[in-house]
Amino acid sequence: MALQYKPTRMELSNLKKRRTVAIRGHKMMKDKRDELVRRFIILARKNKSLRVEMEKKLGEAMQNFVLARAMMSGNEVEEALLYPARAIGIEMGKQNILSIPVPKLSLETQDGFVYPYGFATTGADLDGAVQALAEILPLMLELAEVEKATSRLADEIEKTRRRVNALEYVMIPQFDEAIHDIQMKLEENERGNTSRLMKTKEMLAKEA
Amino acid sequence: MANGKCAVIGDRDSILLFKAVGIEVYPVTDGEQANKILHRLARTGYAVVYVTEAMYPACGETIREFQGEAYPAIIPIPDASGTQGIGMNAIRENVEKAVGLDILSNS
Repeated sequence: MALQYKPTRMELSNLKKRRTVAIRGHKMMKDKRDELVRRFIILARKNKSLRVEMEKKLGEAMQNFVLARAMMSGNEVEEALLYPARAIGIEMGKQNILSIPVPKLSLETQDGFVYPYGFATTGADLDGAVQALAEILPLMLELAEVEKATSRLADEIEKTRRRVNALEYVMIPQFDEAIHDIQMKLEENERGNTSRLMKTKEMLAKEA
Repeated sequence: MANGKCAVIGDRDSILLFKAVGIEVYPVTDGEQANKILHRLARTGYAVVYVTEAMYPACGETIREFQGEAYPAIIPIPDASGTQGIGMNAIRENVEKAVGLDILSNS
C-alpha cells in the first residue's frame, strides 16, 4: 500500500526526515541481527554438545536404575526413594544478552553426597544410578540455561530479521517513492506557474 | 538471586530416580495431565522443569506460552527407554529459525 500524502513542501521535508530515521534504524537493526546471530551460533554449538553429553549420561543412569528396579521389588525401590535426601537449591539469576533476559542458574553447593536410604534392602545398581544422577545435575542445569538462552535468541533473531526486512523492502522504498512523487508534483506546479506568468506577460505586452 | 525450584514431569518409572537427588517429581500417565501440571508449575515460579520426551510433544501449548519469558526453562530429557531425538530436534528447529538453515548437523 502506498503512503498517503499531500504534495506540499512541508510533507516533503517530513518524509525526508522519516526516511533518514528509517535508514538509521535499518542499519542499527542489521548490526543487532548480525551480533545476535554470532552469539547464537556460539550458544547453539554449546547447546548441542551439552545435550549430547547429558543424554548419554542420563541414559546410562536410567539404565542403571532399570537394572536396580529389576533386582529389587517395586515396593523396596519406592520406599528407598520416597524420602528425598534434601531438596536441592537452585540460584536463580538473570543475565542479559543484548538486553534479552535469559536465565542464569547455579546449583547451591552441596557438601558431600549421602544416599537417602539404608543399604540393607537396596542393591549396588541403585547406588550407582543415584550417584551418576547426582553427578550430572550441574550438567543438566547448565543445559537448561543454555537451551533457554538459545531459544530466546532464536525468537529475537527472527523478530529482528523481520524488522530489518520490513524497513529495507517496504518502508524505505515507500518513502523513496513518495519523496520522488512529491518532488515531481512540485516541479510540475512550478513549470505550470512559469508558463502562466509568461502567458500573462505576453498578453500584457499585446495590450500595451 | 532468588531461590528457584526444580521439577521433573514424566512417567513414574523414568523419574522416580530424580527424587533421590532432591528434585520434585510429578508422575503423570498421559500428555494432557503433563500439560496441566507443567502449566501450574510454570506459573508458580519454578526455575527449571524437565519433561520426559514422551510427554514433551503434548505440552506444546504451555511451552509456547512461556517461551517469551526468562523463566521457567522447560527442557526435554530422555526417559527410561532412551532418547527419541526430540531434544535434538528442538535445537535444530531453533537453528533453522535463526539462521535459515541447519548449520550444526554436519559439524
